[in-house]
Amino acid sequence: MEMTVTDVEYVARLARLELSLKEKELFAGQMGAILGYVEKLKELNTDGIVPTSHAVPMENSFREDIVFSPIGLEKALANAPDRAGSFFAVPKVIE
Amino acid sequence: MKYQPVIGLEVHVQLLTDTKIFCGCSTKFGAEPNSQTCPVCLGLPGALPVLNKKVVEFAIKAGLSTNCSITPRSIFARKNYFYPDLPKGYQISQFEDPICQHGWLDIAVDGDTVKRIGITRIHMEEDAGKLVHGELSGPGDGSGVDLNRACTPLLEVVSEPDLRTSDEAVTYLKQLHQIVTWLGICDGNMEEGSFRCDANVSVMPVGSNTLGTRAEIKNVNSFKFVKQAIEYEIQRQIDLIEDGGTVVQETRLFDPNSGTTRSMRSKEEAHDYRYFPDPDLVPLVISDEWINRSRQELPELPEQRRQRFMDELGLPLYDAEVLTASRALADYFEAGIAAHSNAKAVGNWIMGEITRALNDSGTAIEACPIAPGQLAELLTLIDNGTISGKIAKTVFDEMWRSGKAPQVIVEEQGLVQVSDGDAIERMIDEIMAANAGQVDEYRSGKEKVFGFFVGQVMKASKGKANPSVVNELLLGKLKG
Repeated sequence: MEMTVTDVEYVARLARLELSLKEKELFAGQMGAILGYVEKLKELNTDGIVPTSHAVPMENSFREDIVFSPIGLEKALANAPDRAGSFFAVPKVIE
Repeated sequence: MKYQPVIGLEVHVQLLTDTKIFCGCSTKFGAEPNSQTCPVCLGLPGALPVLNKKVVEFAIKAGLSTNCSITPRSIFARKNYFYPDLPKGYQISQFEDPICQHGWLDIAVDGDTVKRIGITRIHMEEDAGKLVHGELSGPGDGSGVDLNRACTPLLEVVSEPDLRTSDEAVTYLKQLHQIVTWLGICDGNMEEGSFRCDANVSVMPVGSNTLGTRAEIKNVNSFKFVKQAIEYEIQRQIDLIEDGGTVVQETRLFDPNSGTTRSMRSKEEAHDYRYFPDPDLVPLVISDEWINRSRQELPELPEQRRQRFMDELGLPLYDAEVLTASRALADYFEAGIAAHSNAKAVGNWIMGEITRALNDSGTAIEACPIAPGQLAELLTLIDNGTISGKIAKTVFDEMWRSGKAPQVIVEEQGLVQVSDGDAIERMIDEIMAANAGQVDEYRSGKEKVFGFFVGQVMKASKGKANPSVVNELLLGKLKG
């Protein structure tokens, strides 16, 4: 299946990725090949078959509404690139 | 040209669970930022979300109370987008196969006309975190992220675009608000964001079948603002079209200070959420048994209770509506009538004195210092002539202050009504003697003076004289 550089650019923007033209061309070819492979499945007759949402035949895994102790502020912030007091610090975002 | 507004509402209902939807972190409001977090709600790699069963139970109750069908097998989906308050880069929500579908609410429009408003779907999802600006203790002028709210359980209730005026929208919203608070699944606090509403608004020429382009208005956190925001937006779109412009599909933010809406971010591009089934969460299968059990657990809903108050107790519609404003108020009323048979009188006291005292002191009905049984005792004292209706108000105020039983207050303060004819007659004689001029006025036909004499007797008796005995004796004496 044909993937264009424009298609790659669209997907890259959604994923917040910056790609060089060379990469875009490379990925267009690779993604086209993957989609082409999946496309083959369309040759099968799937009338009356319920779409599979999950690979594992399991249902209804619940937890009860009981509070457990949190990991704590320090652990929560331990991997943050930047913090301000008890907050994760990020570049200014205002709508 | 005349325009027809078309409105649909998306309401986010924050559920009153103790823990988050996919982890055991507390949902308590107001904790130190990021102190109620764990690998699941922080979106750390490898963490596995597990569904809180209570969220499902609440969702089923909401669905059954809004005439929805419950989807036998529903799944969770990932809604992908980037925003700093969304740690995973996706929100776990439901897309295809939400838990509740095809419901409705009947709302009253223009008095007694009933209009059915469709509910497209109700789905379960997690809330995002909270962003704060300009209140950081650290250096710099960035924003801060607090993930305590991340993963808090929400229901999103999506209506059909069946609403036509801002009043209809508010009526629908109030009814939905009443149901979720009545069920006890949401605290309904709009200011804190436990019940929030986005409005989709468009206009089309009257008679047209094609919907206009809609704008989605966010941040309307009171019933008043919902009305204001919708009315402003309708007029803005009409003006725009009249001036030859076109409405663009976008998200707009309501500004409560100016009562206007402004463009927030263009929805035209980048809103490709790429929903797909979340492989971390297994399908949710709800059996008929489960649905039936939930149905049996449902309390009597406001509409049913209103109807019963009218049919069985003979209350007028107005009284029935006021007394079912909240479940706690209706329960209070029912406890009152269990101890006193005159439903209308109990209702009047609750709608009158009790409501006034609650409002004056900012007290909720749940914390009312006068128990329903005590109110009933007070009414009994009026019924059996122990005290007058006027003195009852004094006793009521004292009950509110001291929490004492009405009987005790009446005895302590000597408030028992004077119905003894001789005593009242003596008072009347004295008053007539001291006001000979008014007696002559009355006898020469000026019957209005009668009220003056009643007032004097009540004053002389410190309000304790039985009014009907006073009237009767006074009339006889004045007529001479």
